[in-house]
Amino acid sequence: MNMIVTPASPATPNGATSMPNGTTRPQVRIVIVGHVDHGKSTLVGRLLHETGSLPDGKLEMLKAVSARRGMPFEWSFLLDALQTERDQGITIDTTQIRFRTNSRDIVLIDAPGHAEFLRNMITGASQADGAVLIIDALEGVRDQTRRHGYLLHLLGVKQVAVVVNKMDRVDFSDLRFKEISDEISAHLNGLGVTPAAIIPISARDGDGVADRTDRIGWYKGPTVVEALDRLEPARPLEALALRLPVQAIYKFDDRRIVAGRIESGSLVAGDEIVIMPAGKIAKIKTVESWPVTPVAGRQGAGRSVGITLDRELFIERGDIIAHADTAPRETRRLRARIFWLHDKPLAKGDQLLVRCGPKESRATVVAIEKAVDPGELESRENKAIGRNHVGEIDISLSNPIAADPYTENPRTGRLVIEVSGRIAGGGLVLSVDAGQRAVPVDIVPVESALRPDERSARYQHNGAVVWLTGLPASGKSTLAKALERRLFTNGGSPILLDGDTLRAGLNSDLGFSAADRSENIRRLAEVATHLARNGHIAIVAAVSPAREDRATARRIADAAFREIHVATPAEICEERDPKGHYKKARAGTLTSFTGIGNDYERPEAAELVIDTSTRTVAEAADEIEQMLKTTGVLFDELVDLAANI
Amino acid sequence: MHLLRTDSGADGRDSQTLVSEQISVALTAPSMDHLDQLEAQSIYIFREAFARLKKIALLWSLGKDSNVMIWLARKAFFGRLPFPALHVDTGKKFPEMYRFRDHYGKEWELDLRVEPCPPIDAVDPTLPPAARSAARKTEGLKMALGKYGFDGLIAGIRRDEEATRAKERVFSPRGLEGNWDVRDQPPEFWDHFNASPPQGAHLRIHPILHWTEADIWAYTKRENIPIIPLYLSQKGKRYRSLGDQDITNPVASTATNIDEILIELEQTKVPERAGRALDHETEDAFERLRVAGYL
Repeated sequence: MNMIVTPASPATPNGATSMPNGTTRPQVRIVIVGHVDHGKSTLVGRLLHETGSLPDGKLEMLKAVSARRGMPFEWSFLLDALQTERDQGITIDTTQIRFRTNSRDIVLIDAPGHAEFLRNMITGASQADGAVLIIDALEGVRDQTRRHGYLLHLLGVKQVAVVVNKMDRVDFSDLRFKEISDEISAHLNGLGVTPAAIIPISARDGDGVADRTDRIGWYKGPTVVEALDRLEPARPLEALALRLPVQAIYKFDDRRIVAGRIESGSLVAGDEIVIMPAGKIAKIKTVESWPVTPVAGRQGAGRSVGITLDRELFIERGDIIAHADTAPRETRRLRARIFWLHDKPLAKGDQLLVRCGPKESRATVVAIEKAVDPGELESRENKAIGRNHVGEIDISLSNPIAADPYTENPRTGRLVIEVSGRIAGGGLVLSVDAGQRAVPVDIVPVESALRPDERSARYQHNGAVVWLTGLPASGKSTLAKALERRLFTNGGSPILLDGDTLRAGLNSDLGFSAADRSENIRRLAEVATHLARNGHIAIVAAVSPAREDRATARRIADAAFREIHVATPAEICEERDPKGHYKKARAGTLTSFTGIGNDYERPEAAELVIDTSTRTVAEAADEIEQMLKTTGVLFDELVDLAANI
Repeated sequence: MHLLRTDSGADGRDSQTLVSEQISVALTAPSMDHLDQLEAQSIYIFREAFARLKKIALLWSLGKDSNVMIWLARKAFFGRLPFPALHVDTGKKFPEMYRFRDHYGKEWELDLRVEPCPPIDAVDPTLPPAARSAARKTEGLKMALGKYGFDGLIAGIRRDEEATRAKERVFSPRGLEGNWDVRDQPPEFWDHFNASPPQGAHLRIHPILHWTEADIWAYTKRENIPIIPLYLSQKGKRYRSLGDQDITNPVASTATNIDEILIELEQTKVPERAGRALDHETEDAFERLRVAGYL
């Protein structure tokens, strides 16, 4: 047996890439795909054997396991670890195993060929730098061969080697080999994929895997091992424009760290950046790290980083940080080429959840085109995209997102679709309908002429957002007004922002759908935060039933946020019913009314909970005042003002 | 664009050249080596888990893998572990492991929760000894889950350890009984994770699934992460994997430091869990345990 591995670098199943002597070898991740039973798992077993990568005792174990089932020696049992896989002789889920060639550390991903497990094939193939597409010489190109070829293109796997397996079954016929080569080349070329090599092999006997045996003497190209040795690892996309999708904003201490992974490009402290889709501009103040911080120098694509900015802007998970002159487009509409894995076909008008990186948005399918089964030879177009089929869709998004076409950025130019909390499909962004904001707007906020301490010295309080949430008729507005009067009497500057009042003006364009309610809350929070930053106490009274929306409000107002849950029991609220809403809702004439259903999500960590059925308005106002004192909004009379500066 | 604009002085040509030179120098970021890439990916996974789940905990088994996990989490969250570290204690660990837990639990300021396992008598007596031990630990884990209501548990398993683990997802849904449905794992690609467990069920999150045993050691050395001395050779033997005292055996080794461990791993063809009795009892012993909710 011609061992590929030299004695100086023995192959190990746990192949270390960082070697003790400090040298490194490129690691390449390769997926083996193809029609069911064309020999994927067998090829993997053979490759491990040929490169001396099997752990001690594994060969004996395989012999024993095969014998127990009364089967001839079966290589595939090596990777088909699950009992059901061995019993049925098929691979169900994707698996990974490591070995070495002369110049590469290879991570081999074995993906199932059975159509039923296409989701597992995609899971495996999406992680690969290159692919080996395997075809049975006897059976030739089959539906799953074509489907997998198409999916490699959709998954962005561009390096593909084709192996024609089981050549022993066709007497190592070069004519049969050429027939299959021509057919698969035509199919792949049609998808824009040029095969790196087409290799005749017998995985069971070993021909063509590591050696060019006499039986395939007519073949002059590379062996499988040689072909794998030539594949290149994926390179980080540092040459492209900066894309830093925001995963989270952390405030564990006095730093406000924007965390995420640089998907492309690079950044360094001092860079002027734009936060998309809002288009707000800021400068990177520091790049934070641990255990050493801050870190100097440029950070490139692939790094998980944390940055701080030179100004306090509202940023949220899913925003994309870019350089101002190369920002992604902001859009509510895009076109994508997708594969679909869900049982129920995707049809025009369907409501979905779309994820682009950490950003998620509700979406509606506006149009479907070119829906086909990529496994069929003659593709017939359908109106809906069936399970395991592909198609092009136009989607309209309920929130604006920042996205790139995949031809401009393969990382931010792709999306996944979720149905009922489970990934149901995914694909490439073909085009982005640019929104109104074609260029980023430099909205450097004009800073007030007054210092915060000048205002607080006058008002005897810091700015704050006091957010009263609770069922309709729970007493929010009554409490809000009592609090407003009391703060004013003490020389403070309270401002009442009532949900209904704002709906009459600023928010008159909004209805009561979930999306409109979210937007209503966001605007309330933005206005209230602006007031708080300028030293006022904004008192917001709004049902705000969705926990997620209140969390958004808290993120916007940040440290100024004080949540009060007005937790008056539901039956008492309904009894009070000053606006007659409960009555109308019970009668069915008022829809979208929070209160009689279970649609109010109670706060889990409000600063204060008040039940107005068991105390007077004055008592409740006392409690709020006390809370505002203990949480540092109101100053005690004796407080030394200088301490707050 | 902005850079160019701010620097365009009266002498247009010269300042232009100067600026483009500055850019070409500044645009080169230090390249990432293999360990940098592994680390960045793990940090990404930690941050996704923290952002998308409500109540998570990290399973701290005190071994080399979960110590690397804690280190990575502190990188992800700038020095702290912002959720509890859960040690499901069989009571049968090595004394060195308990000392390690008590010392570093404090030093790393962990929110440490030590949870007991049910008595061995309460576990199916027909199981072989090691499987019975593992089943007991699975029960302990379920009790802890019930007590705290975690919707995500972060576990330090790796694909290269064992064949069924190789088939795992990064975010791996568990059923209401903590069971793993291997026939119906959801698709997972492009670092998009299924993070919506049904009410009452939980997810296992595997931030170092893509690491190897050698990666763990190389990283432990690079970052100077403390280890339990049992991993180093004494009298010609060392532990490659640490479990309960009664079902874990040392392997023959002369490696007395991490460099020597790495050289040993380069040459060995003995699997990592060879010293774990659990893996040798029956052909599918491990799969059955994992389906039932074992790590």
